Amino acid sequence: MQHSTRYIVGFAITICLVCALLVASAAVGLRDLQEANILLDRQKKVLTVAGLMKDGAKLSREEIVATFETNIVQKVIDLKSGVANDAVNVAAFNQQKAAKDPATSFVAPTNASKVRRLPNNALVFDVMEDDRLKALILPIEGYGLWGTLYGYIALAPDARTIVGITFYRHKETPGLGGEVDNPRWKAQWPGRLAFDDRGNPAIGVRKGVAGSVEEDPYNVDGLSGATITSRGVTALVRFWLGENGFGPYLANYRAKARI
Amino acid sequence: MADLTTREAFIDPFFNNNPISLQALGICSALAVTTKMSTALVMCAAVTAVTALSNVSISLLRKKIPDSIRIIVQLTVIASLVIVTDQILKAFVYDTAKELSVFVGLIITNCIVMGRAEAFAMQNPPKMAFIDGLANGLGYSVVLMAVALFRELFGSGSVFGYSVLQPVNQGGWYVPNGLMLLAPAAFFLIGCFIWAVRAWKPEQIEEEFHIGALLELSNEGHLR
Repeated sequence: MQHSTRYIVGFAITICLVCALLVASAAVGLRDLQEANILLDRQKKVLTVAGLMKDGAKLSREEIVATFETNIVQKVIDLKSGVANDAVNVAAFNQQKAAKDPATSFVAPTNASKVRRLPNNALVFDVMEDDRLKALILPIEGYGLWGTLYGYIALAPDARTIVGITFYRHKETPGLGGEVDNPRWKAQWPGRLAFDDRGNPAIGVRKGVAGSVEEDPYNVDGLSGATITSRGVTALVRFWLGENGFGPYLANYRAKARI
Repeated sequence: MADLTTREAFIDPFFNNNPISLQALGICSALAVTTKMSTALVMCAAVTAVTALSNVSISLLRKKIPDSIRIIVQLTVIASLVIVTDQILKAFVYDTAKELSVFVGLIITNCIVMGRAEAFAMQNPPKMAFIDGLANGLGYSVVLMAVALFRELFGSGSVFGYSVLQPVNQGGWYVPNGLMLLAPAAFFLIGCFIWAVRAWKPEQIEEEFHIGALLELSNEGHLR
């Protein structure tokens, strides 16, 4: 079956138009639902690290939103100065997107965590209970073995004791580095100290077994068979708690809370 | 193929002409998404829907498509359907869609979809093409779900996320087999599946070297 060139070109254009229309209408029509999902996902992760929701628990959308709204205060802060930045719309703010866009980010100083760009602004959370601050939640990210680990760390109101840590996205080997998801390993973090007496980030994942919280407050157990992931976690936690990460924010907080 | 009955078109792709075990198509995604049954199930639904719909669309257009650009037309139709599927998954089953990540997009490169469009839908009416697409998608699903069942059960001690063999790190007795969670395990399982099917149906054993299978593997070299 031979067709004229005109027919072929016309056919190709028609197919392209029909397909483009289909794809565009799906993308536009479903955007609201997708954005609601992304927001819900973020809220779920924050609730998990705040200890307000069990890992893997199935809560309905309404329960998550309700718990989040009563207990969590979201704040966008300026990363360098550490003060709240009210000019940014909190609901629409995406820190990872901001870190990629040259207009809203800057080149990070060389660091062990291989974080290349830092966002001008960062999204942090306060966990409240009956109008009293229960925990500060900070987003963390950095390189492991195969890719970047993304997560949150929660600090007690003294800005020193760790309340919890969670990674919601990573590419570490299942069973080895992937054990960062293991609830038993994560349970080692609460109660340990993020900073030493002089205020430097000191928490880390050591090789082998760490002592009890009282004896060995700055170390958690290493992940067997995952030295590079363990080092990566140490590096990224220290980086984000340090002066190039949330150091200024935590300093402001301490000054305000008089710690 | 012209006198193929509806029943044959539907039954054949399950065991007689299974896209994975006989045609050795679609191995890439079979390795990537089968560590958990729930993700495998969503992937199966997505592939089945895309194969069936692309077959219908191509079949409806089969007399209009100019021969010289037929492959790229098929690809455009398939790619659009895959993007729409991806958008729907992100809107309705966000958590699973996140785990599937790029592999939904990679359905475009799944040779089953394009293979059926080119080999079947271009010659057959829409109804038969739909049944063929559906059955090939389901044939793929049978293998995927079987592989996922073994990988999740022995790799994580659970089935559809429900703990069956309580693993040690959750206080149980079962030491999970880490190999099951890595891509090679899927290779071994698919190998065993092919072996089992061919022991049952010896007529499927190939006489000569099958170069198509090798090409498929090298084309889809990203085995993660």
